[in-house]
Amino acid sequence: MIKKFVYSQKVAPYVFVLPFILIFLIFWFYPLVNSFVMSFQDKMLGQDPKWIGEANYSKLLTDKVFLTAIKNSVVYMLGTLVLLIPFPMLFAVMINSKLMMGREFFKSSFFLPALTSVAVAGTIFRLTFGEMEGSLMNSFLGLFGVEPIKFLKDGEWSMAALLILACWRWTGVNMLYYLSSLKSIDNEYYEAASIDGASAWQKFRTITMPLLKPTTVYVTTISVYAGLAMFTESLMMFNGNNSPKNIGLTIVGFLYRQGIEKNKLGYAAAVGIILLVIAMVINLTQLKFSGMFKKEED
Amino acid sequence: MKKRSALISIVTVLIMSLVFTACGNPSDSKTETQQLGANAGENATELSFWTFVDLHGKHLDKMLGLWNQQNPDKQIKLNVTVMPYDDMHNKLLLAVTSGKGAPDIADIELGQFPKFLEGDNVPLESLNDVFAPYKDVVVPSRVEIYSKADQVYGFDYHVGATLAFYNTEILEQAGVDYKTIKTWEDYKQAGIKVYEKTGKYLGTADTSATWQASLLLAQQNADFTDENGNPKVNSPEMIKAYEMLVDLQKNNVIHTIPGGQPDTEEAKGEYNKGNYASALMPEWYMSRFVNEMKDLKGKYAIAPLPVFEEGNPRSVGLGGTGTVVTKNGKDVQLAKEFVAFAKLSKEATTEIWNTLGFDPINMEVWKDDAVTKNPDNEYVQYFKTNAFDTLNEIKDEIQAIKSVKASPTISNVFNTVTLNAIFEDGQDVKEALDEAQAAIEQELK
Repeated sequence: MIKKFVYSQKVAPYVFVLPFILIFLIFWFYPLVNSFVMSFQDKMLGQDPKWIGEANYSKLLTDKVFLTAIKNSVVYMLGTLVLLIPFPMLFAVMINSKLMMGREFFKSSFFLPALTSVAVAGTIFRLTFGEMEGSLMNSFLGLFGVEPIKFLKDGEWSMAALLILACWRWTGVNMLYYLSSLKSIDNEYYEAASIDGASAWQKFRTITMPLLKPTTVYVTTISVYAGLAMFTESLMMFNGNNSPKNIGLTIVGFLYRQGIEKNKLGYAAAVGIILLVIAMVINLTQLKFSGMFKKEED
Repeated sequence: MKKRSALISIVTVLIMSLVFTACGNPSDSKTETQQLGANAGENATELSFWTFVDLHGKHLDKMLGLWNQQNPDKQIKLNVTVMPYDDMHNKLLLAVTSGKGAPDIADIELGQFPKFLEGDNVPLESLNDVFAPYKDVVVPSRVEIYSKADQVYGFDYHVGATLAFYNTEILEQAGVDYKTIKTWEDYKQAGIKVYEKTGKYLGTADTSATWQASLLLAQQNADFTDENGNPKVNSPEMIKAYEMLVDLQKNNVIHTIPGGQPDTEEAKGEYNKGNYASALMPEWYMSRFVNEMKDLKGKYAIAPLPVFEEGNPRSVGLGGTGTVVTKNGKDVQLAKEFVAFAKLSKEATTEIWNTLGFDPINMEVWKDDAVTKNPDNEYVQYFKTNAFDTLNEIKDEIQAIKSVKASPTISNVFNTVTLNAIFEDGQDVKEALDEAQAAIEQELK
């Protein structure tokens, strides 16, 4: 009987997808529903929750600090998209080229920062961009007679510092995605193009880029999510969740401030739901326009 | 080819080992647990203690030695965990409110304390019974700040009386005698001279702490909140305070400091370099001088704060850490008795001065010259003047600033937005304070 059950063609697929379904239900769907319910409550740990309807959402819409957090996260996300898609793609093409010397060395050097703990990287960058004359960046600028800059007190400079940190950490990872994708492109396309007299740029534009599209879509999707959910980098860079004029506050930082630091779990849940909605809208739009929902042609 | 890949492997391993060594010592996020109570017997009760100040653990270690000697039938071993400030408070709040994973004893900073007292079910043990024997010898205002509805929930380490610390070496170069600084006008004139003669600043314009606002409000008998605990941060007193500070900043008497306030790593570096000639900080800042600004030994003198007009109160108790007992501990009564002994007894308060350099809340010690003027004490040796000479001079003038439900929000708005807007961007004081009031009211809605 058991054997029959296990070998049944009807049952087997369900058995195979069961772990995923369970993980999805327990770690994604249940918390999501719970958060959604909580976002309509005034809930603090250790106290009884009170049902307050949409009050958390209407408060959020007029909360200037939350709007600052959204702005920071969106600017950061766009910055990472602009920097962390074209450059890794370019580096991958360069490293993949037969003319490249020390290929393995560059591959591991680029990838190394991804293995470093964010706490360490953030702390090092905080010291690098410190406002003292002796901090690394200011000492360097001092060589050219530039007065010390208060990097982490200025919105634009600190965003630049965060983006530099993101590039330092993630260029190698995205580059590896592109490298593996480049390996799967058949060399015959390039040979044919060469016979037709195509230039290197033409080959890149008409063969490499289109064939890398699935990887680009994937990298864009995870970058949108990672950009909007950034928190630890900012926490380490500003040595805490409270940056001057909230220039380093992100949506997740605001959620953490409300939920963990202030124990306002209901309000924080509403922030989480809004973050989910923003990330979903951006990603679904992006996937729609990149044609990912179309059925693949045979 | 083989040689090349071997070389690459070696380089990679070297770099990786550097990276992982660095991972092992992230200075800002270190968490250490250490067991104290070496003299405790086998049957000792094991308790746990969380703190964010390494030195507090050292004090409890000394007190534990004494306790175990005096109470052979109730000996204790204490597992002390030191965590970074934000990290510890966040974890503790989650642990005590959820009822899981909290330590038996914990330190909670004054500014964070109201969060633990919110709602009807306070997750901390009332300490009233163990407090009773000490009621008459401690400063009442330092107990009230950790109380709710007649229940005491925490015992402080210190009064935190604000004092003026002057670098006499810099002041002498500028021809200024710190003893003549009585009012803010005197402070301004002294600062102008210091800047002209030495190019250094007399004080700091703080952008990430409200010590200055607190002391200037206390001198005007005002507070951040009204009698009902509602915020009033755009009051005439507050405007007067910050307009004066902006005037000092414009005259190069005070200047913003890296780190945003004197009690940060960057700022202590600046003090060590001699770039600022005074710190107007609570008495506990003495421990920062002794432990973290060793180059300045013998240069600093202690005096009362300058005031708006002579006759204004010259000090305010600032900062503070309440040691609490959580509700789900193993042996709550034992923990309570030990905390009272370790924080309020004569032995404890003597050690609080000897080890931590704090002004203890048990005032008996303040009058005991054998303790406060002990020539072997490193705090006595470090400073040119004795702290208790000044403390005893101003002891009846030490005001209190309330810590209420709105306090964490007020400091958050001030320390992130308002103070940066005033001192870094030069925003009009009244406008910045009006915006702060609106932001705080919105946040507290």
